[in-house]
Amino acid sequence: MEINADSSAGVAPTHQAEPLNYLNHKKGIASWLFTVDHKRIGLMYLALIGVALFLGGVFALAVRTHLLRPSDKMLTPEQYAQMFTLHGVIMIFLVIIPGIPAVLGNFVVPLMLGAKDVAFPKLNLFSWYLFATGVVMALVTLFTGGLDTGWTLYTPYSSTSFSNVSLVGTAAFIMGFSSILTGLNMMVTIQTMRPKGMTIFRMPLFLWAAYATGIIQIIGTPVLAITLLLLLMERFFRVGIFDPAMGGDAVLFQHFFWFYSHPAVYIMVVPAFGVMSELITVHTRKTIFGYKAIAYSSVAIAILSVIVWGHHLFVSGQTMRTSVIFSIITFAVAVPSAIKVFNWMATLYKGSIALTTPMLFALSFLFTFGIGGLTGLFCGALAIDVHVHDTYFVVAHFHYTMIGVVMVMLGGFYHWWPKITGKMYHERLGQLSAVLVFIGMQMTFLPQFIMGSLGMPRRYYWYPDEFSMHHHISTGGSYILAAGFALVAFNLIWAIFNGKKAPANPWGGATMEWYTQSPPLPHNFDSAPEAGDPYDYTKVHWDNEKKEFISPYVQ
Amino acid sequence: MSDSHAHHDPHLAHHFDSHKQQFTAQKLGMWLFLATEVLMFGGLFVAYSVFRYNHPQMFHEGHKHLNWILGATNTVILLFSSFTMAMAVRCAQLGNNKAVIRFLAVTFACALGFMCIKYVEYSEKIAHGHLLGNLYDFEHKSEGAEGEGHSAVTHESTEDASRKSTESKPEAETQEEAAARIEGEKNQHVFFSLYFMMTGLHGIHVLVGMAIMIWLFLRARKNEFTPTHFAAVDLSGLYWHIVDIVWIFLFPLFYLIS
Ligand SMILES: [Cu+2]
Repeated sequence: MEINADSSAGVAPTHQAEPLNYLNHKKGIASWLFTVDHKRIGLMYLALIGVALFLGGVFALAVRTHLLRPSDKMLTPEQYAQMFTLHGVIMIFLVIIPGIPAVLGNFVVPLMLGAKDVAFPKLNLFSWYLFATGVVMALVTLFTGGLDTGWTLYTPYSSTSFSNVSLVGTAAFIMGFSSILTGLNMMVTIQTMRPKGMTIFRMPLFLWAAYATGIIQIIGTPVLAITLLLLLMERFFRVGIFDPAMGGDAVLFQHFFWFYSHPAVYIMVVPAFGVMSELITVHTRKTIFGYKAIAYSSVAIAILSVIVWGHHLFVSGQTMRTSVIFSIITFAVAVPSAIKVFNWMATLYKGSIALTTPMLFALSFLFTFGIGGLTGLFCGALAIDVHVHDTYFVVAHFHYTMIGVVMVMLGGFYHWWPKITGKMYHERLGQLSAVLVFIGMQMTFLPQFIMGSLGMPRRYYWYPDEFSMHHHISTGGSYILAAGFALVAFNLIWAIFNGKKAPANPWGGATMEWYTQSPPLPHNFDSAPEAGDPYDYTKVHWDNEKKEFISPYVQ
Repeated sequence: MSDSHAHHDPHLAHHFDSHKQQFTAQKLGMWLFLATEVLMFGGLFVAYSVFRYNHPQMFHEGHKHLNWILGATNTVILLFSSFTMAMAVRCAQLGNNKAVIRFLAVTFACALGFMCIKYVEYSEKIAHGHLLGNLYDFEHKSEGAEGEGHSAVTHESTEDASRKSTESKPEAETQEEAAARIEGEKNQHVFFSLYFMMTGLHGIHVLVGMAIMIWLFLRARKNEFTPTHFAAVDLSGLYWHIVDIVWIFLFPLFYLIS
């Protein structure tokens, strides 16, 4: 790795006033493509995910715009099926699953540990290449037949569809390995590379979340890999495993798929919980309430998440006894999730809440995820689910949880952006973007709850007039939401070029990523800092002359 | 890199504090990776169980076409190779690179032997048209015409296949037995789908193991392994044992059904 970098790193950047950091110590595209630095790899993930988020957003807008007046036939039924499928696949596999673990996980985890890098830096780069390969393949699909099966890829349609299921399946298979290897890397890093003084109960809660996410990735993703492999075999050789006409089992695919894809929900949500815990305490400048409860609940969710998949099969003909068991376990997941929400609210209580952009996103999450989680209980209840199954109610439910995650992700980007780029974003614009995202989100999906409960099925190309008001409000909301996302992107990019220089510790955080300079040194820390209580804000002092927070053990 | 890191022990990556930490990390990483391997095969084992439960006759009929003597030979070969791999690890821990080379060579030879026997088995299946999915010879074209009959056959409806098998049955048997046999023969392509996918995926893992052995072999020739630096052999050994264990399950599940 060093060899490639030498050509560009020969001359020290003496002409720059900026001190040496991970961004300026080597230059040139090769120094990025062959880097093993976890911070740069995190940013490379961000670049790909940004492109994917844009595409997925455009597809969503196409769907919503079509539904504004379906009689105009803006899309053909085939195109419409392609749009919502690609929107789902891209947003889930390319944006939300890798979003927090790969971008923020890569960047923040080693810094929080006071470590120089993740445990396996080369493997980390390899994971990125796997992911990039998957992204490229997914993009190629857009021009080679697309995908029209819905993101769930259910057989038998997916094993016979003329759209390019094979390529998407292979892409998801490859990205699955990227996800497994990232999870593995994070788990090993957290378990073996903690600094002196950091017992497991002194780990920042983001690390607990990253570890729990790793557990789910390692348990769930291999099963997805084998499922996709079987699907490919089914398409190429008609092996008959999933095909009743060939002696196969009709719902086995659904079992396999959800054995991964329900835990995948928590691969997306648990890291967001971790970010939440950091945002809430730093921006209220108050110790986290119920540290152990939050930490253990992450692990509890990780374990429970792999035994609830059957709640997606309530109407698929599984036995009533099985359904009841899955329903009960599903209700049980609400307990650790609620524990977290109550602890965050208790943290806010009598804290000095600063309504910064990250905090606004965190509060948006509390509200949005609260609704998403509670309506999850509706869907998990057998009698109600039979009524709302495959309606807009379900669509609204999972968008409330998933966009909740995206809100935290954006809040996390804002929160660590000064550390990542060394520049401050525009606070007012940031707040405005948070408000737009929040309003757009509620406006888009609240009407969907209502029309879902009135019986509007999901994925339909057409709807009767009685639903037009709901659809119109929803589409209007989606434009506001899109404007909010665009403003976030603008603000973060604007900060890189025009932002004020960020201090080492702009928020007065007590975790170790704030101990090093912004942006960090190439190897993070000159000497490993000693860890204390990550949420003890008394040890971070406000220096009135410098007008900035001073961390202990400043590098 | 700054000069303070230039004098490092070449065996210690710059981001680790000590050999012990590095070794613990590598070992944990390998165990987690192996867990994912087990889970990946686990998916196939679940598929196997579902079909075994739903169509026991299918397995009963199918296993008659497998040669348990070849399977048992392969089991012995792999078990022995696990032993020689363990010896190679032990020798690496002692820093005896010569012995590492010897034991790796034996392990490699075992793996090669395993793959050769697999090759014999596979070509026999192909010759008889016992293939996966729609490649399966539903019309029994290859029967009696061994060696030339393995042109790809398009999928016939299963009723056709079962009609064929009813016609071609000589011995006396009760109606129940006949029904079970027909039911079993009907879904042979699924049995062979499972057989080829599971043993095939395992075979790929054996090939990967062989590549790893060549890599270790080259490193041992340069005397790279020392009592403090033997992780590569140790962890590859773990991988090889898992490949072995998967076969220990595959063998009885496919060859020893009765
Ligand atoms: Cu679920």
